[in-house]
Amino acid sequence: MDTIGPSKTHTIFGLNKTTLVLIFGAVCVFPFVASNYIIDVAFFFGIYALLGLSLNIVLGEVGLFDLGHAGFYAIGAYTTAILNTRYGIPILVLLPISAVAAGLFAYLVCSPIIHLQGDYLLIVTLGMGEIVRIALINNPFDLTGGPNGVYGIDFPSLGGPFVIDSSIEYYFLIWIVVGLSIWGLIRLQNSRIGRAWNYIREDEIAAKASGIDVKFYKLLAFILGAALAGVAGNLYASKLMCVSPESFTFWESCLMFCIVLIGGMGSIPGVIIGAAFISLFPEVFRPFAMYRMLVFGMAMILMMMYRPGGAWPRKRGAVSFKSLLGGAESRDV
Amino acid sequence: MQIFFEQLINGLTIGSFYALIALGYSMVYGVLKLINFAHGDFFTLGSYLGYTVLVFGSAFLTLHFGLWGGLIVAMMVAAVSLAVVGIIVERLAYRPVYPAGRLPAVVSALGASIFLQNLIMVIWGPRFQAYPTAVIPNIHMQLGGIHFTMLQVLILVMSFFLMGGLYYIVQKTTFGAAIRATALDRDTTALMGININKVILFVFTLGPALGAITGIMVGMYYRQISFTMGWNYGLKAFTASVLGGIGNIPGAMVGGLILGVLEMFGAAYISAAWKDVFVFLILILVLIFRPTGLLGEKQADKV
Repeated sequence: MDTIGPSKTHTIFGLNKTTLVLIFGAVCVFPFVASNYIIDVAFFFGIYALLGLSLNIVLGEVGLFDLGHAGFYAIGAYTTAILNTRYGIPILVLLPISAVAAGLFAYLVCSPIIHLQGDYLLIVTLGMGEIVRIALINNPFDLTGGPNGVYGIDFPSLGGPFVIDSSIEYYFLIWIVVGLSIWGLIRLQNSRIGRAWNYIREDEIAAKASGIDVKFYKLLAFILGAALAGVAGNLYASKLMCVSPESFTFWESCLMFCIVLIGGMGSIPGVIIGAAFISLFPEVFRPFAMYRMLVFGMAMILMMMYRPGGAWPRKRGAVSFKSLLGGAESRDV
Repeated sequence: MQIFFEQLINGLTIGSFYALIALGYSMVYGVLKLINFAHGDFFTLGSYLGYTVLVFGSAFLTLHFGLWGGLIVAMMVAAVSLAVVGIIVERLAYRPVYPAGRLPAVVSALGASIFLQNLIMVIWGPRFQAYPTAVIPNIHMQLGGIHFTMLQVLILVMSFFLMGGLYYIVQKTTFGAAIRATALDRDTTALMGININKVILFVFTLGPALGAITGIMVGMYYRQISFTMGWNYGLKAFTASVLGGIGNIPGAMVGGLILGVLEMFGAAYISAAWKDVFVFLILILVLIFRPTGLLGEKQADKV
């Protein structure tokens, strides 16, 4: 009997297998037909996708207003830059270390402020991001190189003979990381943690009343989001070979905020679309020269007018009748 | 002690800039619960319009209105134009997004901010513009060993009158009561027969107009303006309004003045490079212990 039992069709984001294979194939073949410039654009698209995914954990999943995410991104980038240039530790070894450093920083600064609500949390995270940036400019303990930043960062390697040093290799590195992150985040969305997060976003008081440790889950979201931003910082630092405070301004935090909202809160494919919009739009509209940001601002307003829920809004999880009978859960993400 | 008082005057001058801009943020937030990120750019646009009036109309203005008259004409032109711009932005960029909730409106506001900032760059160019300084004579004054300029006195007096006027409207008139009621509970206020659209129109007229006048004062005080300056002042003014308790109009004034004074004392007694860190740390500390700002009232959680 086919009607009883768990649903056999595995879909991700409502896309069927053929579409997923086609997307995967396009991502793999793309760099072999594109010019180096376009591959580099695709690399930065990947960085923004990673940043969008990282803020999506905090803003999209839990609904915490975080306008200082560039601060975590900066911590990741500077951890990589300083440890690599001073001690020569290979970049890929520093990848998890940057994530841990950014996560630890998030734990330290967010613990005392986690009880703040809505816009007050927004302004405090904003202040935190600005404090990080100004601190980097002021060169504490002669570590961060002041306004010039740190330069001379290596190509990514594990210390062995294999070194990532061409645009194509960078492209694959970033998109493999993005792919792994997406896989992990889907698993997280369907887990106990993901459900607790969404519960807090929808109704914090009800979540608390049902016995969810709201503070713990909020803090966890900040730590994981910061860690992923730290990973993005690591890859960004090695691609540019230098980091400077002007890459981590309030503006960068705003862009990440827009990525999540343009894509759709809590929606992973939406965030990828949002990242594409933010990173590719200025490239595509380069012929407009000085008018392109004018168009960009208008496009943002129009997006919100016509698709206020985002380009690819997240569907509510639903348990189908069929799968109930089979005793297994099939959730649409 | 002399340094203390001089820094106090400097701080109050800058603080009154922040306070006047913060009022725009706070009024809009009170009525619509919207963080109007474009407000900083209203301020910049006002500054540039005043600049154009002062530069291109200088001969005509001085001939017909005198030095001071010219300045007042420039401020009025900028204020009226910005009131119109404020209404246009509200109609085109914000009103269609309100039904969707608060967060899409934030993105729309950021979009409007990018648009205005780049519009200013396209019209006036990306370079710094030197503000005409001949309007206000550069007179230094001294009182009991404390030095200050006439411009500072002028700015303080003007800000005092502008803030006093706004305070009067909001706290003492019937229409002000309608604004405060809207800030408390929009739906109930509408049910009581108050025209919410009029209140929205009012905050989007007066906020940008105050911003425009502040823009001209900032231009005269620092003698140069750039198309990106709205971002910085907007950030500080928004911080100030949260410090005082966002949505609360006296709170925005107090928050702005405190922020300016703290910044100047931080620069004088701690370190000029770390002054903004100092300001944000104070803000974070205030919010940890008083989560709704200095003058904000504690709200009970609604279930």
